[in-house]
Amino acid sequence: MFDLDLWREIFQSISKNKLRSMLSGFTVAFAILLFTLLFGIANGLENTFNSFFKDDAQNSIFVQSGRTTKPYKGFKAGRNIQFKNEDFNYIKDEFGDKVQYITSRVYKNLQATYKNEKGSYQIRAVHPDHQYLEKTQVYEGRYISTKDLQEKSKVIIIGRLVEEDLFSKTVALGKYVNLGGIQYKVVGVYRDDGGDNEERIIYMPITTAQSIYGNNDYIDQVNLTYNPDMNYDEALTFSSLLTKNLKDRFDISPKDQRAIRVRNMAEASKGVNQMTSVLGILILVIGMGTLIAGIVGIANIMIFVVKERTKELGIRKALGAQPRSIVTMIMLESILVTSLAGYFGLLIGMGVLELIGDSLKNYFITDPSVSTSLIVTATIILIIAGAIAGYLPAKRAASIKPIVALRDE
Amino acid sequence: MLEIKKLHKSYPIGKDSLHVLKGIDLSVKEGELVAIMGSSGSGKSTLLNIIGMLDEADEGDYILDNVPIKNLDEKKAAVYRNKFLGFIFQSFNLINYKNAVENVSLPLYYQGVNRKERHEKAMFHLGKVGLTDWAKHLPNELSGGQKQRVAIARALAAQPKLLLADEPTGALDTKTSYEIMDFIQELNDEGKTILIVTHEEDIANMCKRVVRLKDGVILEDKFINQVRASQYV
Repeated sequence: MFDLDLWREIFQSISKNKLRSMLSGFTVAFAILLFTLLFGIANGLENTFNSFFKDDAQNSIFVQSGRTTKPYKGFKAGRNIQFKNEDFNYIKDEFGDKVQYITSRVYKNLQATYKNEKGSYQIRAVHPDHQYLEKTQVYEGRYISTKDLQEKSKVIIIGRLVEEDLFSKTVALGKYVNLGGIQYKVVGVYRDDGGDNEERIIYMPITTAQSIYGNNDYIDQVNLTYNPDMNYDEALTFSSLLTKNLKDRFDISPKDQRAIRVRNMAEASKGVNQMTSVLGILILVIGMGTLIAGIVGIANIMIFVVKERTKELGIRKALGAQPRSIVTMIMLESILVTSLAGYFGLLIGMGVLELIGDSLKNYFITDPSVSTSLIVTATIILIIAGAIAGYLPAKRAASIKPIVALRDE
Repeated sequence: MLEIKKLHKSYPIGKDSLHVLKGIDLSVKEGELVAIMGSSGSGKSTLLNIIGMLDEADEGDYILDNVPIKNLDEKKAAVYRNKFLGFIFQSFNLINYKNAVENVSLPLYYQGVNRKERHEKAMFHLGKVGLTDWAKHLPNELSGGQKQRVAIARALAAQPKLLLADEPTGALDTKTSYEIMDFIQELNDEGKTILIVTHEEDIANMCKRVVRLKDGVILEDKFINQVRASQYV
């Protein structure tokens, strides 16, 4: 179906009428440029919001204990509440079906030594589930296993920056690190998207820490993720029930806000998710508006173009051009100009995003970019728009009687 | 060749309608050179437009080369125009962004002739009007007479049965007009049937037959002794 002669006619018409082609092309290119920038920036904003939660699972619940602030059931205020293994097991047993992952944490701060290198690091003694809660990405070796817990193994998993600090360029895996006088074998190295501080932590099995440092079964904190099948409201009901049960268990006044603190990420992420979707709708509306303005622009120009060409089209008809060939010619010209100009606008837009992308971090815009599917969609919309914008005036032009078109002004 | 019987045409003007052609009977044989004369408003251009299938009659018969021209849709009209007719206009009507040879080959493009053959034929017809050296020039680089010669070459390119000229010398000075008429006479000598609409007596006298229109009817239809344009060139 490729008609070389037809394309020659079209190329001649475009190139010999540069101003006209530039005008129609500019409108489309500009609309697509704005569209691309808008979507890129919107994506950047969304990336920023999402990155706030990258560090931890979005369905996390953190349970911490503190001192009581209200007297209750004969206990005085100021009593220290200490979680133990049995409390961890209680939550696990009581809410088993509502919990996805659960871990307890014991915090220590210890001096770590390897050969001549030294550094003070936060130690987190945890259960194996902790890996999923914290989104820890082990890229060398392994994470803590159930076997480590049973055997109270003296093993650690260190952050990328710990390896950098202590081992400089050498490999940490399999080496022994001295933590507060005891040798631990490095069995894993991990990365974390939560920032540098998250990569300066050393993980060890919770049972090991409990037996070596204090020989007790105390735990500092319980982290869990709720079953992702639950919606926000169910998740919030779950965390308030959890709070109430724990307060009952430790004989704490229901009004005491300090003794048991349960922080549910659902509250925060609900707000953010709502905001992102509102933002998304807003961007979509504005983006569509821009695109429609572009389409209206090209339609206007096409009407002008056809008007300007009325006489030429009349001549062509007098020489034997059939209406269909007139419509085809104008439509293909319109589609060609729209597609090329649109693609050009898209390239410029992507280039601009690439150039200024990094400097927008301060304005909460991270990695502004447009996806391939968006590019394809926009291009298709353009081609269709070009076709429609070209078709109506072309149809009209083809139906003008040559005698009217040829009438001298 | 051309047979017209009881042709009527009226244009609506507001609520009324203007009766432009009131029953025209005209018969033209092959090889004739006919001038259609009349003052403005006499209906001469309307008649030419109907003959040229640029417009359609309300009533009456029109037979061209034994083909009844009736109930034309746009597509059919385009095919007939391309096959039967060549047009020469007062204002030349060349496409301004195409050079001379491209303009001449346009009717061949719409006949589906391939590019190489198109170019050859177009160059041949340009040669006939004496413009071989001007083939690559755009219309605005040509004089009025040259433009009209390009237009004539274009009209000839499709090898039409009938040439229609609407005031072909209307935009030209006397000398150039006679040159064009000389050329038209040569074409007629070769056997082409040509219809010329004009309101200039001297141009009409260079034809073989003069048809005078007034208020939509034929006032006079007579064969004359042709004045050769070559003696003035």
